[in-house]
Amino acid sequence: MKTLYSPTHEYVKVDGNIAYIGISDYAQHALGNIVYVDMPEQGDDLTAGEEFGAVESVKAASDLYSPVSGAVIESNEQLIDNPGLINKDAENTWIIKVELTDPSELDKLMDEEAYRKHCEAEAAH
Amino acid sequence: MNRKFYSNLIFDLSRKGRKGYRLPDTGCGASLEGIPANLLRESAPELPEVDEPSVVRHFTNLSTNNFGVDTGFYPLGSCTMKYNPKINEEMAALPNMSALHPLTPAAAAQGALEAYFTLQELLCEIGGMSEFTLNPFAGAHGELTGLMVIRAYHRSRGDMKRDTVIVPDSAHGTNPASAAVAGLKVVEVKSLPDGTVDVEALKPLLNDRVAAMMMTNPNTLGIFETRIPEIAAMVHEAGGLMYYDGANINPLVGVTRPGDMGFDVMHINLHKTFSTPHGGGGPGSGPVGVRKGLEQFLPSPRVVKLDDGTFALDSPETSLGQVSNLLGNFAVELRALAYILSLGKEGLREVGPMATLAANYIKESLRDLYRLPVDRVCKHEFVFDGLADKSTGVTTLNVAKRLLDFGFHAPTIYFPLLFHESLMIEPTETENLDTLNDFIKVMRQIADEAANNPDLVKNAPHDTPVRHPDDTAAALTPRVTVADLKSNDL
Amino acid sequence: MLAKCGMKSIDELYADVPEQLLLKRDYDVASEMSEKEVRDFFRDLDAKNKPLTCFAGQGFYHRYSPSAVNYILGRSEFLTAYTPYQPEISQGTLQYIFEYQSMMASLTGLEVSNASMYDGSTATAEALIMTVAASRKKKRVLVSATMLPHVIKVAQTYALNHGVEITVIDEENGVTSRSRISEELAKGDVAGVAVATPNRYGILEDYTGLADEVHGAKALLVMYANAADLGVIRTPGEWNADIAVGDAQSLGMPLNFGGPYLGYLCATKALMRKMPGRIVGATTDDMGQRVFVLTLQAREQHIRREKATSNICSNQGLMALYVSVYLSLLGPDGLRQLCMTGHAGAVKLSQMLVETGKVSLTYPDKPFLNEFLVTTTEPVDLIIERCVKAGVLPGVKVDDNHLLIAVTEMQTVDDYNKLCQLISNP
Repeated sequence: MKTLYSPTHEYVKVDGNIAYIGISDYAQHALGNIVYVDMPEQGDDLTAGEEFGAVESVKAASDLYSPVSGAVIESNEQLIDNPGLINKDAENTWIIKVELTDPSELDKLMDEEAYRKHCEAEAAH
Repeated sequence: MNRKFYSNLIFDLSRKGRKGYRLPDTGCGASLEGIPANLLRESAPELPEVDEPSVVRHFTNLSTNNFGVDTGFYPLGSCTMKYNPKINEEMAALPNMSALHPLTPAAAAQGALEAYFTLQELLCEIGGMSEFTLNPFAGAHGELTGLMVIRAYHRSRGDMKRDTVIVPDSAHGTNPASAAVAGLKVVEVKSLPDGTVDVEALKPLLNDRVAAMMMTNPNTLGIFETRIPEIAAMVHEAGGLMYYDGANINPLVGVTRPGDMGFDVMHINLHKTFSTPHGGGGPGSGPVGVRKGLEQFLPSPRVVKLDDGTFALDSPETSLGQVSNLLGNFAVELRALAYILSLGKEGLREVGPMATLAANYIKESLRDLYRLPVDRVCKHEFVFDGLADKSTGVTTLNVAKRLLDFGFHAPTIYFPLLFHESLMIEPTETENLDTLNDFIKVMRQIADEAANNPDLVKNAPHDTPVRHPDDTAAALTPRVTVADLKSNDL
Repeated sequence: MLAKCGMKSIDELYADVPEQLLLKRDYDVASEMSEKEVRDFFRDLDAKNKPLTCFAGQGFYHRYSPSAVNYILGRSEFLTAYTPYQPEISQGTLQYIFEYQSMMASLTGLEVSNASMYDGSTATAEALIMTVAASRKKKRVLVSATMLPHVIKVAQTYALNHGVEITVIDEENGVTSRSRISEELAKGDVAGVAVATPNRYGILEDYTGLADEVHGAKALLVMYANAADLGVIRTPGEWNADIAVGDAQSLGMPLNFGGPYLGYLCATKALMRKMPGRIVGATTDDMGQRVFVLTLQAREQHIRREKATSNICSNQGLMALYVSVYLSLLGPDGLRQLCMTGHAGAVKLSQMLVETGKVSLTYPDKPFLNEFLVTTTEPVDLIIERCVKAGVLPGVKVDDNHLLIAVTEMQTVDDYNKLCQLISNP
């Protein structure tokens, strides 16, 4: 599965018309120990760029923005009791599964190389 | 501090059938006769059953685990931790004041209303404002109330589209949070490297959507915003109002007034500037002042003086409504009144200058060992960006925790967000030179330890009853009641 | 000190302040006072208030404040401490807040409590905003007209500014109109419903089935109660409410002409992270001791700024200590006896008043705890004026011919007699 990234540090992995959305390794590192993930309910309709939840560490919080539009099929229930899974392996720990309504939105996202440069630029800022 | 850490819970002391209170005999007994059973609670609440000596001993022991202004120096930036004179406590507990029901008819509460009115007048003079309300309960509540005044003003003019507040990026987090609660959108204006507002960056943000600009002056770096008259003129030109966050007013007391700087609405924290005790987080008091022309929007009720010299409550139609049960934290207001009367004009004249002198004295005495990112005369507080020598790996957090070993409270740390290692120090005018010198000596010793024995600082504190609490575990598995402890084995 | 700063005069500290902003005069304020003079000033003010036997309530009650509570509140280690950001030297504050949270959770029958808020009215306003935030998309809340008037007013002020629409649900025969609630819930856009027990007339309303109906409409139920009453009344938790709010003044806090009091806010565990205000949690330190810290701070204003669940920075720390010490002294039985004493007195006084023939119970078929509404024949203002002259505050005016009367452990049968005589003899 190809991984794409948003400027707000969410990643998307696409399998057919299903998108797995989580946060990048860079983002989990910046946040530190994650203690809570606020996730939407199944069936919530999201539009690209819309806030769908938040990730909290002890002294920071970061809102989550959906890089794509679609309906939430599932939130990752493992994260309720074990949010630290994101610290262990962020890019293999999805937060929500979304059924894509507009696959063309994927074209606007960054590939791995572009995202790496984006992070470098942000760190230098 | 206790050598041995006292950590019994009051619930641990509970024994069936004990109690520490006897009810008076009213002559009617006690019953629940006539109340249907389905309107009564099914099981008794889980409260401890303890005798009075054990209750007093428990809480007295707990108090010894605490640090307060009466224990030692509190150089906590932006918090203005002054000594709290003891007479103020007594003046807040006089029998005919403390027994007054809030809905007592004005005729029977003239002394209380006069106290409220007198403090209102004093704050007007100190703030350079036309009218004050003392009804808001705290600084954040004052901000919210002040923004509501501003919204009421725009609404009264039919100017409905002003939905934005401009806030400097260096502002206290409360400013944007208050704006959001007041239903306003927040636009940040950037700071220049010296922490003051970038006037050029402000210009393009000013338009007919701007309801207000919120500022502290001096700002969170303790730097006076010298271009404030110009900023105020620009915001007014765009139709917005200027809001003064009184969190940092202490260095200006006796020197200059928000009203004279061009601010239209302000709040002042009585628990900072006028030394009412912080009480572990409250109760505070956040009176709000307005310039002439805005008084009709202040929250209800208002205390007014009638022509015959008596005092009454008034709730004008134009008021933004009620923000608290009645007249705010009245007993806190009494303490502040006693403080201001004690100081008088002679004492008030000294407040700002002495606080400012103390801050600059500490800054100049430590600047060779701590990094000073903005090198200017500060006001009541200033910010170091950690130790000057970054090679030791000793962080601001380490320095703060090491201070606890020496009997000082930590400064405010990691705020403002403009620097990575912010260490914000505010001494206040109530500390004498010996205390300031002791603090300076310890800060220099810590810098020396950081260079020669960094692990000593990194592992601090060493001498507190509690060391390195696990914040992550607390947030990961919240245990917030004694019932959670039982089910979680702690 | 000036030399260290490289200065010759104090004025140089303000060299950066534009000349035209400098005050250059003393404030127009009286000269400094000695302690003796301050004391005299306040004694004169105090004497201008008239001491009254207090039958007024409407959310604020004259109750006995035990000496041990006031002694503990005077401990300056508690009184002069800041918010407990440094847990190593703040375990005293943190632990009493934890004990407070435990007691309030149990009193309300809910799972979690925050560290306290300003007062009951602002706690209610914040709870309503919380229901809107929890719903994510809905903006409307229902508030019963039988809630305390000042609570409704404060909620309306917050709501108007925050962009929440409040629909006030009418009362019928002194209680909330359930049919009106059903009608509004059916519209599908309601995030929260707020009711009170006892209500503004002292009536204990029967909320059987209300929570199910509210939850069926995917809304949250907020229930307001005076903290002391929870010693005996059916709890918000037992009514299956999601959020309990109220004022803790009734736990013997001095009336102080309106404050400081304490607003409590308790909720189900599911709503914990949506709660405004501070929360204290238990953890361990590196010596293995059980210790307390401020936790779940990522919700708060200093981290979340404009995205925070609330702008509140205070917890009403010292008043939370008040609650902890007071409830520790009373225990479950003392609190129950306290409520029963008030009830027995209220029943007795209501009978005595009715016997005067000058007033009648406005809602004779409704159960009350320690406060009841009477219908008067004489205008209420005249009654109040006459009573105040005689040293009695007879109650709170509801309108021209309705007086709300509260009884606690502080008045005796002799006081009831005096009130009855004053009401009987214009």
